[in-house]
Amino acid sequence: MDLTTVTSLRPARARADLVLAPGESVMGGGSWLFSEPQLEVSGLVDLMDLGWPPITVTPDGLEIAATCTIAELRAMEAQPTWHAHPLFAQCCSALLGSFKVWNVATVGGNICLALPAGPMTSMASALDAVAVIWTPDGSEREVPVAHLVLDVRTTGLAPGEVVRSIRVPQASLEATTAFRQIALSPLGRSAALVIARRNVDGSVVLTVTASTTHPVQWRFAALPSADEVTAAIETHTHWYDDAHGAPDWRASITAELARQVVAELAV
Amino acid sequence: MRFSVNGQSVDASAAPGQCLRTLLRDHEHYEVKKGCDAGDCGACTVLVEGSPVHSCIYPAARIDGKAVTTVSGLGTPEAPHPVQANFAAAGAFQCGFCTAGMVVTASAVTDPSTGVATMPDQLASQFKGNLCRCTGYRSIRDALAGTVNTCDAPAGQAFGVSVPAPAGKRIVTGREPYTLDFTTRSVLHLAIVGSPHAHARIMAIDASRAEALAGVRAVFTHRDVPDVLFSTARHESRLDDPDDTRILDPIVRFRGQRVAAVVADTLAIAQEACRLVEVTYDELPSVFDAHAARSPGAPLLHGDKNADTHRVVDPERNVVAETHGEIGDVDAALNAATAVVSGTWTTARVSHVALETHAARGWLDDAGRLTIRTSSQIPFLVRDELCHIFGLDQESVRVFTARVGGGFGGKQELLTEDLVALAVLRTGLPVQYEFTREDEFSIAPCRHPMTIDVTLGAGADGVLTALDVDVLTDTGAYGNHAAGVMFHGCHESVALYRCANKRVNAEAVYTNNLPSGAFRGYGLGQIIFAIESAMDDLARELQIDPVELRRRNVVVPGDPMLVNGPDHDSDLQYGSYGLDQCLDLVDKALARTSGNMGDDVALPSGPQWRFGTGMATAMIATIPPRGHFTEVSVRTDEPGVYTVGVGTAEFGNGTTTVHTQFAASALGTDVSHIRIEQSDTDKASYDTGAFGSAGSVVAGKAVLLAAERLRDQIVAAAATMAGVDVTECLLQPDAVATPAGPIPLADILHAYGPLSADAKGDGSPRSVAFNVHAFKVAVDTVTGEVQILQSVQAVDAGVIINPEQLRGQVEGGTAQAIGGALYEEMHLDQGTVTTRTLRNYHVPQWADVPDTEIYFADTVDALGPRGAKSMSEAPYNPIAPALANAIRDAIGVRPYELPMSRDRIWRLLHP
Repeated sequence: MDLTTVTSLRPARARADLVLAPGESVMGGGSWLFSEPQLEVSGLVDLMDLGWPPITVTPDGLEIAATCTIAELRAMEAQPTWHAHPLFAQCCSALLGSFKVWNVATVGGNICLALPAGPMTSMASALDAVAVIWTPDGSEREVPVAHLVLDVRTTGLAPGEVVRSIRVPQASLEATTAFRQIALSPLGRSAALVIARRNVDGSVVLTVTASTTHPVQWRFAALPSADEVTAAIETHTHWYDDAHGAPDWRASITAELARQVVAELAV
Repeated sequence: MRFSVNGQSVDASAAPGQCLRTLLRDHEHYEVKKGCDAGDCGACTVLVEGSPVHSCIYPAARIDGKAVTTVSGLGTPEAPHPVQANFAAAGAFQCGFCTAGMVVTASAVTDPSTGVATMPDQLASQFKGNLCRCTGYRSIRDALAGTVNTCDAPAGQAFGVSVPAPAGKRIVTGREPYTLDFTTRSVLHLAIVGSPHAHARIMAIDASRAEALAGVRAVFTHRDVPDVLFSTARHESRLDDPDDTRILDPIVRFRGQRVAAVVADTLAIAQEACRLVEVTYDELPSVFDAHAARSPGAPLLHGDKNADTHRVVDPERNVVAETHGEIGDVDAALNAATAVVSGTWTTARVSHVALETHAARGWLDDAGRLTIRTSSQIPFLVRDELCHIFGLDQESVRVFTARVGGGFGGKQELLTEDLVALAVLRTGLPVQYEFTREDEFSIAPCRHPMTIDVTLGAGADGVLTALDVDVLTDTGAYGNHAAGVMFHGCHESVALYRCANKRVNAEAVYTNNLPSGAFRGYGLGQIIFAIESAMDDLARELQIDPVELRRRNVVVPGDPMLVNGPDHDSDLQYGSYGLDQCLDLVDKALARTSGNMGDDVALPSGPQWRFGTGMATAMIATIPPRGHFTEVSVRTDEPGVYTVGVGTAEFGNGTTTVHTQFAASALGTDVSHIRIEQSDTDKASYDTGAFGSAGSVVAGKAVLLAAERLRDQIVAAAATMAGVDVTECLLQPDAVATPAGPIPLADILHAYGPLSADAKGDGSPRSVAFNVHAFKVAVDTVTGEVQILQSVQAVDAGVIINPEQLRGQVEGGTAQAIGGALYEEMHLDQGTVTTRTLRNYHVPQWADVPDTEIYFADTVDALGPRGAKSMSEAPYNPIAPALANAIRDAIGVRPYELPMSRDRIWRLLHP
């Protein structure tokens, strides 16, 4: 929709352009910004002209630019050791938006939205990816994505901070993953999204999103039993409540999906 | 910046916050539609550099240097793209408003030479960003498989044939204009200030800052409007609804209600000015629960009104309409019954989600006459009420519609036209008021939520002896459609059963929630959900097959159709009766598949799944009660070409096709020789409107009659010219065949001049139609998921005018009702709607809707045109109870509450 309060739009072409004036907001793909009235926003700074390479394979793993589109991530080819590769497409498909939105929406934008059902948050959290954040003083800091998304529509970004990229550790890419998502309808917005990751050393990370207000993780030294999974999930008490599912149901199905993903990794 | 659209270069500048959709429409690319303006519905889909995007969430500035292709660039009516040809041949649209986006999206996932899907098993996910509210998706699936569902008919033989909609090729190529798809120079835009309170008295309004804003032309408040009360609901008689609404009222009764309206040069200025209007409110106590609203001490919403003047039955109890009555002795019958079942059922608020939002544009024509083009089902009733409100005579107001993008009852309301009329009359300038999708959810009327208690009693033989129904409807802050929905909802649902002892108590109650209004089925769906669920419980209690239980108790011709009292003056008749056939057809279809399993789809596997079967029955009158009037004309002033003037609006109801079929059949010609001029107070004498499924059987019947009269005139003229008897003459496409040789129509027109004939209809007497639906389902006891394994509907629509269109109406109603049964629910928090976008209010997507087997009863209606009956609302009505009964069969616990969402089903199993 037209953002009628917006009176300026400027492309960012260098880091210096990311210094925001009052009322300005950075824009990735724009697919969310343009989907709701933004009465507090008077200016947009377009990140898409920064020319960040969407995907860079490094010796340490994978660097995904914040401006990488969902479609680009989904089309990324696997490396021989990346057992976790299917997770990228699974999480891209979990986006409520259609493939036409994938063509525009960005990985960084999805994470910075801090929606419980943001599947890029799910993906990055489950892989223990780290957000590289450009700070206004010209330096950068790193925060695990699972700790960057704090609450519904709330991130740990300070004013003026911009997510530059998501770094996925090589060890996570080499891990095996299992994915489950459920919604109130077959292809609806996620009510619970559960990912289990089994590392090469046998340790397991269980990541829950969508049914919680921020990513919630449990770590196990070895593959847990179903009872251990259930007990772990039961330690969480605050389940998200919105039009996409009641909290009591979300608690129950999250536990169920958690048991399923762990069981899948046992096979 | 410079970009190209459909190969043509465009120089343009975009506002910083502008999206591509509006930029394209600014350049008269009206084929790019607004359904949600939020990236959810896909109606605005275009190709950017060959890649499909939702243009409403695509920053316009980013289009610099790029190539855009819209649906109109893919092909033309004469040379359609293969996908467009497939959509037309399959009849893959009803209102057609989503079609532009569907076609563009399809072009990206189909073989470019055939228009057939390259990955058919991926279609459900590929199309999750394209919503169609009309079709139920089957016909679109057919289009992408290359299936042809429509066909041509020989001259004079279009009746009963699946001829395509006349607008089809224009719709699939983006050429058909909808309400706002035309250019008006210097049109002003109207925006409203909405109340932040659920109930408040406006103490002061200071609009000075808004008025001082450059570009603001006018600000209207309650001080500026006629002191006339009316109802947004429109019926043939304005006395059907309470006079409880002002254009702008000094008291606001729900959150979002209009407080002031700003007219400005642009929408952005109007919206900014709205934020500058300062309003002082005196907040009043509010009530959001219908039970509480009629209890002593509740705040009164319309305590200043009365029964005689305003037609509010009991304003001291917030009751706007009521019926209380009994036949026989229900209590005694229940005491004596072998089996008694009872329960309390509730239904949710549901939004129509017509893809085209409410919108109107008005101006003064060259003669200074108020002219309004609007998205409405009822242009004549809108005109008449505008005349009432503004004290104008009918000749000084013209109201018309172009093709309308869906209605479902939601456009049987006066929601935009009053403000547009006010603004046009005061400024003298063209003014437009367009609802956003958020407006549709938050201030447009929704379906009435109801609480329904049902108690049934029966003997061991399964014969109903007592039927006791208590209904409470929440009509929200205003009483539009309150009485009609309540009375209609209680009527055919209860009258369906032959039972000596019946009692119905019903009340429609004001609350400080947004208004409820007319919705497909008009109250029947809610009450049928309760009664048919109770009937299922009774069948279980008596261990009688549920279909057999219906056979023993449904009315048959000769039975009176009674509710809670004598029905002396009813014009409702058994013009035909096919319920027995419908029950048999559904029984047979269920028997075709084994047990509860259904055989047509892969069964879910795992120990957590339970399987069940359920059915439900519905009856509906073919026409709204108390008169539905129409006056049509058919004329010929060009040899062999006939023009029909008819008031019915086309919004996916398919009546334009039907009217064409009637006229072409009577006039012995091809449907391509029929022109329909419709839904315009200047082009037809009168029509009550396109609601209550009246388009085919009232207006259509009159079209048939007028066409037959014109045929008789033409034949008589030819007989005279040839010197033969009329009985020896036959009207053909170009001539009248006579024993003396053909008399060319050109010669007849030359001799007699233009010929025309008129016909009227009054919608009385009325017949009844029937729908029986059954489902086989699988229910996941761990997650609450419901999978539909088999879906069957048998329909008694009399003689079928257009099989493919009828199938489409049944499928569309089924899909919409599956939405209401399983998914759709407006959430409110103290009167504030919290589900304000399509991503938070789930209407059925492609993936959600199974194919439905559809069977037609073989009946001929004595009252309808050529034996036909109406059938557009009715398929919705049996769906929710049929699904509920199947779920009950599967899991052993009855769902009482709609929607039967996964979390609710899960909770039934884990109390």
